[in-house]
Amino acid sequence: MEIDRRAFLKLASVGSVVFASGLDLTSRGSASGGNDFFFLQLSDTHWGFTGQAVNPDSERTLKKAVAAVNGVNDQPDFIMFTGDLTHVTDDDKERRTRLAGFRDIAGGLKTKNVRYMPGEHDAGLDGGEAYREFFGETRYTFDHKGIHFIVLDNVSDPSSSIGPNQLEWLKADLEKRDKDAPIVVFTHRPLFDLYPDWDWYTRDEDKAMDLLTPHQNVTVFYGHIHQENLHQTGRIAHHAAKGLMYPLPAPGSVPVKSPIPWDPKQPYRGLEFRGVQERDKGEYTISEFGVKGEKL
Amino acid sequence: MISRYATLIFAAAFLAILVTGPLMADDEQVIKVTAKKFEYSPAEITLKKGVPVVIEFTSRDRLHGFNCPGLKIRSDIPPGKVTTLRFVPDKTGTFPFHCDNFCGTGHERMRGMITVVE
Repeated sequence: MEIDRRAFLKLASVGSVVFASGLDLTSRGSASGGNDFFFLQLSDTHWGFTGQAVNPDSERTLKKAVAAVNGVNDQPDFIMFTGDLTHVTDDDKERRTRLAGFRDIAGGLKTKNVRYMPGEHDAGLDGGEAYREFFGETRYTFDHKGIHFIVLDNVSDPSSSIGPNQLEWLKADLEKRDKDAPIVVFTHRPLFDLYPDWDWYTRDEDKAMDLLTPHQNVTVFYGHIHQENLHQTGRIAHHAAKGLMYPLPAPGSVPVKSPIPWDPKQPYRGLEFRGVQERDKGEYTISEFGVKGEKL
Repeated sequence: MISRYATLIFAAAFLAILVTGPLMADDEQVIKVTAKKFEYSPAEITLKKGVPVVIEFTSRDRLHGFNCPGLKIRSDIPPGKVTTLRFVPDKTGTFPFHCDNFCGTGHERMRGMITVVE
């Protein structure tokens, strides 16, 4: 299966540049001498969610996305799940059942370099205890082809906070980086006040941004809001990804936030995952993929 | 003599605090709000612009939150104690509030509305 891709975004800023994509996946690596790389961001899979009016195919949507990813001709360097792997449950045992179910499905990915982070649905009720049993630490860093990746946990604390301990950890990590080093931050919640009325923010986001702002080449990828969104904080671009269970309305567009009902005429509309290709230092190409790899 | 005057001054000051304290409280609108999974009671609150308010929160189960971005007020609502929030509504209108401490399956439905009238 070859996945079709759709350009959706073109942004130019001082520190990070995102280009519209018109490239075929099979051409990656040839544009800049082979040092570029490509990763996929899958978000808000909400395994365990049920609701006929919202997603009558909830049992199979994630599996279809995994099949679509496996069908990519040129497999990504890594895959990043940016939280809400599972849908919230008040039952600790059921939470573990859902996490295990998600892990088993994601385990079918052809690419084995798969990284995870929690959303509040996974970790907000038990401080991330169950999540850690399956996927390890909720915050970590890694490096890939000259890019420093920071995974920030702004969900395990039920107050939607990063917290002072983690901020100290972030500060210590950033102090080791050159100010012009390319850095990518993954979070679940936005690191800015997207729409506080809907809880679309991080309570101590300002403290994180104060630490990140001195760095000249930072890009943030996050989930949580189940739709594309681009926000610029100075040099720092914040990119939200669509989800893979149900779309949510635009910020403030309706009085009460609730999932957008399934449209039988356009099944899976609003459910996508994305590819991010690093083309040059701090320059990324973003592409959107349908759940089944269909042309969007 | 000085000591006697000082005693009188302190006594007068103490009496003034006793008198003015209750008068200030009388001027406040006192609203008692109970939080539990996944609702506030009452969920709709009407206040008067310019009149000081004290909301007395109690939680019947777990940690909840109260966040009203439109009025720039928030509070944690821990169980086992009364938590007070004092403010003066400075504008009229309707202002939604919500729980901002993730509390479970119905967290996103845990909402309410403050209406401020003249």
